[in-house]
Amino acid sequence: MDDGPWPHPSQGAARSAATVLQPQAAGVGDWTNVHTPDARSASAATAMIAAPRALRTFLRSPTAMAGFVILLSMVVAAILAPVLYPGDPLSMVARPLLWPGQNSAFPLGTDSLGRDIAAGLLHGARVSLLVGAAATLIGLTLGILVGSIAGYHGGWIDDVMVRLIELFQTIPSFILLIVLVSIAQPSIPTVIWAIGLITWPTIARLVRAEFRSLREKEFVLAARSLGYGHARIIFREILPNALPPIIVTSSVMVASAILMESALSFLGLGDPNVVSWGSMIGAGRELLRTAWYLTALPGLVIVLAVLSLNLIGDGLNDALNPRFSGDR
Amino acid sequence: MASPLLEVRDLTISFADSSPVRNLDFVVRQGETVAIVGESGSGKSLTALASMRLLPKTASISSGSIHFAGQDLLGLSERAMRERRGRDIAMIFQEPMTSLNPVLTIGRQIGETLRLHRGLSARQARKRAIEMLDLVRIPEPAKRVDDYPHRLSGGMRQRVMIAIAVACEPQLLIADEPTTALDVTIQAQVLELLDRLRRDLSLGLLLITHDLGVVGQWADRVVVMYAGRKVEEALPDELFANPLHPYTRGLLAASPRLANNLHYREAALNEIPGNIASALREPGCPFVPRCPVAVYACRGGFPQLVLPSPGRLVACPIAVKEPSHGAAVGI
Amino acid sequence: MAKTFRRTALQAIPTVVGIVIINFLLLRLAPGDAADVLAGESGSATIETLAALRARFGLDQPVVVQLIAYLDNLAHFSLGFSPRYNLPVADIIAQRLPGTVALMLTALVIAVVVGVALGIIMASFAGRWPDRLLSVFAILFYSIPGFWVGLMLIVLFSVKLGWLPSGGSETIGAGKTGLAGLLDRLRYMILPAMSLALFYVAIYARLARAAMLEALTQDYVRTAAAKGLSPLAITLRHVLRNALLPVTTLAGMHLGGLLGGAVVVETVYSWPGLGRLAFEAVMSRDFSILLGVLLLSSLLVIIANMIVDLVQAWLDPRIEVR
Repeated sequence: MDDGPWPHPSQGAARSAATVLQPQAAGVGDWTNVHTPDARSASAATAMIAAPRALRTFLRSPTAMAGFVILLSMVVAAILAPVLYPGDPLSMVARPLLWPGQNSAFPLGTDSLGRDIAAGLLHGARVSLLVGAAATLIGLTLGILVGSIAGYHGGWIDDVMVRLIELFQTIPSFILLIVLVSIAQPSIPTVIWAIGLITWPTIARLVRAEFRSLREKEFVLAARSLGYGHARIIFREILPNALPPIIVTSSVMVASAILMESALSFLGLGDPNVVSWGSMIGAGRELLRTAWYLTALPGLVIVLAVLSLNLIGDGLNDALNPRFSGDR
Repeated sequence: MASPLLEVRDLTISFADSSPVRNLDFVVRQGETVAIVGESGSGKSLTALASMRLLPKTASISSGSIHFAGQDLLGLSERAMRERRGRDIAMIFQEPMTSLNPVLTIGRQIGETLRLHRGLSARQARKRAIEMLDLVRIPEPAKRVDDYPHRLSGGMRQRVMIAIAVACEPQLLIADEPTTALDVTIQAQVLELLDRLRRDLSLGLLLITHDLGVVGQWADRVVVMYAGRKVEEALPDELFANPLHPYTRGLLAASPRLANNLHYREAALNEIPGNIASALREPGCPFVPRCPVAVYACRGGFPQLVLPSPGRLVACPIAVKEPSHGAAVGI
Repeated sequence: MAKTFRRTALQAIPTVVGIVIINFLLLRLAPGDAADVLAGESGSATIETLAALRARFGLDQPVVVQLIAYLDNLAHFSLGFSPRYNLPVADIIAQRLPGTVALMLTALVIAVVVGVALGIIMASFAGRWPDRLLSVFAILFYSIPGFWVGLMLIVLFSVKLGWLPSGGSETIGAGKTGLAGLLDRLRYMILPAMSLALFYVAIYARLARAAMLEALTQDYVRTAAAKGLSPLAITLRHVLRNALLPVTTLAGMHLGGLLGGAVVVETVYSWPGLGRLAFEAVMSRDFSILLGVLLLSSLLVIIANMIVDLVQAWLDPRIEVR
């Protein structure tokens, strides 16, 4: 009895020699609009931002973890500074202008006044990290307040706030910063507040944009129909949903706060009574030709700190804003 | 019979983990319109892209052959293939709103092919672009040639796409769902334009669509695809009068037809139960999960194509043996 | 074109007014005033002298009168008088302005050209090792303070290699003119411009990369490929222009940052410009100069934003020039 037209499962139609073509030349990318379900497994799925998944993505990124580890070590070192190097880092402890490695007791050398570089770096870490964190906190608070009120209410409040934000963003930030710091007495709190005042417009703009888009969403309508007051809606309903870009931006804000603080101290506008990485660079500037390690070392530490924050920021961005753009 | 322009034999397109097109055969001859019909996910767009060797990076042609005017396309170098694109084989796409570059005038975009393949100067290309705009019946072509795409409606943009495609008088034109994104009234105009160009320029036209109405009106031959396989091939009249494959029957039964005089309160559309995703893991005929006449042996492997009459192909021996299964629906 | 210009100019007026008011307020908040500074410098700080100085500079009038006087001065393009330099502030600033503008424009051009080029390379090799390597460099550049890289560049190119000068803007006393003069000035400008640009190279590189990758997935790229265009032609003619749009938007917003960066870079390189002027003004508590710089740099930013708007309208035909 013949099998009929049913081929034996192992049979296949005669195939010509397999011709596996080379993939398309570089530069012509994926056609994301070829709508076959097998073709693109992940397209068109809207990402539900779940904290556990975001955390896992973050932990899995090598660069983000590297940044996190570096930052953590810096924070630990800063906390331990008075333990490892007790006393005032500005006090003279050894022969001046020792090169790094010359004397094992002073592994990073000494400056022109005989002060220990390593002590300066660790104590400077306290200043920079503190200023970075505190200024960012102020900027976040102000920015969230202004941005949420402006974005939520709209109308004339929004117009006024937008004008204010535009004003601050037109004036060059750093110049305004040095004006503010020089009007007040230079001290750590002054610097913190001044940097906070410079950075809040960025957050305000971001928060406003988020609020404007979120306030049209249905869950806001639902909350209002339940009789929730404005404050509650802003802080308990909308703000948690607006958090992802805020979180991402805040790490970059800390990084730029550290950069600004170091620039201020470099110019001599920081607190004259503390050691800061920037002030160490400023002090070492005169000896650039002979003792360039005085400027190199604190600068490297700044780069490391800022780099770690930027890596963390990138990692947070990937974790909280997943995009299927195929470029990873 | 005119000479075959495009011969696709036993084509299999694969991604890393699946093969959305398998063992596909079809031929397009000069001067004829072949329609490939299928739902989303049937692999018809990939087939069109493969014929131009424009598959995305993640896809590859794992077996089969594509010949154009007797020449093996798959063996060509990329540079040789580029020479053929636009000049001998041209393609228009589904989304006229986004298929044109927003920062270049339409004149420049039409002229680009002419300058590339015909070596025209900028001025000559612009002149010819105006002629092409006139050919596709865009009013006031001399004024429009310097317009940017955002000034044109969807239907006009699709005409511009067609103008770009036929500017160098190719032999084969592939139209991937050219009217899906357009209003119904505009659809007819664009299809009529394509048909006129086919006659005037002796093009071979490969029309990819999911719309059976389009097929009925404009195609010379129909290929029905399901889950990457060809399941039926016929002349349109034969197909509509006597659909053989259970999938084709289901498709035609599901189309609302005015002649049946049904009101939505009186009867529901006859759906094909299930969806195409069920075909993914099927070892045999991919339609088995949704097929009203499947038997156990259907799982054994893809059924061979049966020729019930000359030029007619069906991938379902059961349907051919028992043609009374399912309802034939006339147009 | 003229309409856009007029529209943006009108929109800028409230901002300018706001800046002026802030400026004035800050001037009032500043401890001491010009009279104190002058008296302190000349060493004659008796009450009579101070009162005389104040009367001379109109500093004993009520606030509102002072504000009106300030606005009136501004209308006549006068930014006040610097007791220290004994010159009108406007003159001092005008003297230093070209240096800063030249430096900033050079830095911006370097940043855009190098950044976009790097971005294109990164996008072409997306996901592979050249892309990863350059991405690391980009993040690194983004993390380096401008003043520190300036100092390090001096150490490398000036101290160790001796190729380039370590400060100033031209060879003093050489009196070179014409092409030789231009080349000479360029030699002095390279290091400061690079220091200023480095941070922005990173930003533009990452932006260009993202924009290119996004543009490469667009439908019109597929259309261009179907025409038979080579990948290079597609990249240059179709993708690049679309990818440059976000870069130009951002570049305009960076004027303010560039001005701020110029403060430290000019200080490091002793470059005669507004930035260093601001620094000197801070050190010497000369608030009239300082706030004059603040006002002028804000105006520069507004002008730059207007120019960017026009450039954008030119690049993107979808932006209707109303």
